[in-house]
Amino acid sequence: MAEIRLKTPLTEGDVEKLGIGDRVLLTGVLYSARDAAHKRLFDLIQAGKDLPVDIRGQVIYYVGPAPAKPGRPIGSAGPTTSYRMDPYAPKLMEMGLKGMIGKGNRGAEVVEAMKKYKAVYFGATGGAGALLARSIRKAETVAYEDLGPEAIQRLEVEDFPVVVINDTKGNDLYVEGAKKYRR
Amino acid sequence: MREIQAEQIVRAVRDLFIDANCNLGEDVLAAFDRAIETDESPVAREVIRELKENARIARDEQSPICQDTGLAVLFVEVGQDVHVTGGGLKEALNEGVRKGYGEGYLRKSACHPFTRANTKDNTPAVIHFDIVPGDRIRIVAVPKGGGAENMSRVDMLSPSAGLEGIKEFVVRRIEASGSNPCPPTVVGVGVGGTFERSALLAKKALTRRIGERNADPELAKVEIEVLERINRLGIGPMGYGGNTTALDVFFEVEPCHIASLPVAVNVQCHAMRHKETVL
Repeated sequence: MAEIRLKTPLTEGDVEKLGIGDRVLLTGVLYSARDAAHKRLFDLIQAGKDLPVDIRGQVIYYVGPAPAKPGRPIGSAGPTTSYRMDPYAPKLMEMGLKGMIGKGNRGAEVVEAMKKYKAVYFGATGGAGALLARSIRKAETVAYEDLGPEAIQRLEVEDFPVVVINDTKGNDLYVEGAKKYRR
Repeated sequence: MREIQAEQIVRAVRDLFIDANCNLGEDVLAAFDRAIETDESPVAREVIRELKENARIARDEQSPICQDTGLAVLFVEVGQDVHVTGGGLKEALNEGVRKGYGEGYLRKSACHPFTRANTKDNTPAVIHFDIVPGDRIRIVAVPKGGGAENMSRVDMLSPSAGLEGIKEFVVRRIEASGSNPCPPTVVGVGVGGTFERSALLAKKALTRRIGERNADPELAKVEIEVLERINRLGIGPMGYGGNTTALDVFFEVEPCHIASLPVAVNVQCHAMRHKETVL
């Protein structure tokens, strides 16, 4: 299993060299966004308005962190199940989004969009919220504070561990992995 | 009649939810160790090691194992010779949830189903009361995460489907859930009763400890068989492929109507959080 270090924002060249099963350590900025924030972003796009963050080259992390204890940047922060963001993801990739971090299967349209717009889907270990929070150095809310755990946060990460689930060629680690060990 | 102060219940519930969210059960940790020894997939073994390390960090820092600290589910057995004083029992349970989620820095995930507006304190809890003999109150706290819960299903099978139909339904449900519920999962199965009773049985099954077989030897055999069939699916930890798709399967069975065969599957992630106390 290859281990690759990447800095965000990601370029088309960065994502095109990734293949399923690659272990990647991300350093730079991730934006947190989950169900309610995605709906708001999508509504802005539909209305032809600017988004609160420029998502070109960025990576969105599907996470709703636990509250930070005093003296810490963030509480537990593992991935949430991604399929709920499927209706919104292709549009965001069309606008330049290069990566998504979550867990669980994506729909066919999302996988197609990753091929078309050159983007990848990373998996982070579900449930490992305490461990993953250690890679997050700083967190600040940049939009939708009223959504509480669903607000958009700018997360500064160092060596944030992820695995490539869907690459830009349409491969799927979930399909290939299960095939290999099915009895 | 024995008296229990409402304040005592508030404190107990507060502590149970913090404990359940920050301290992974020893039975789960032992199951992780077995998976690290037996899974053929190196990626699977690595993921399980990561989950073990996560549990260690959570325990050391007393921070939640997972950011999804759940909707608060409570199983409460109330002895018929108990009298709660100084406040209502249901209010005390909800106040315990409020305190636990607030003071424990746990995420509040309860929201209105239509507007999605967060209730901000993780109440109301989902409370299942049972009246039992005696003068004690037993409280089981189950913080239930959304990802795994969403993969759960109830179906009303035809009685002709039989035991094989039941097993097939469970295995196909876990196959369809794939990587979504954070495998390795624990699978609660409720069979019989009515539509709603089967779902409750499935959830209650999840309050067992890993490795704790059904007292009925025939059902114990069914649990082991279904677990093996699930682990042959190849899904593996996080869905990356492997032989550890579920850590255990628990069946709870009750009589049903002659025309019916209700079956419920309640999916639980590897954290299997539940803690209990007796007052």
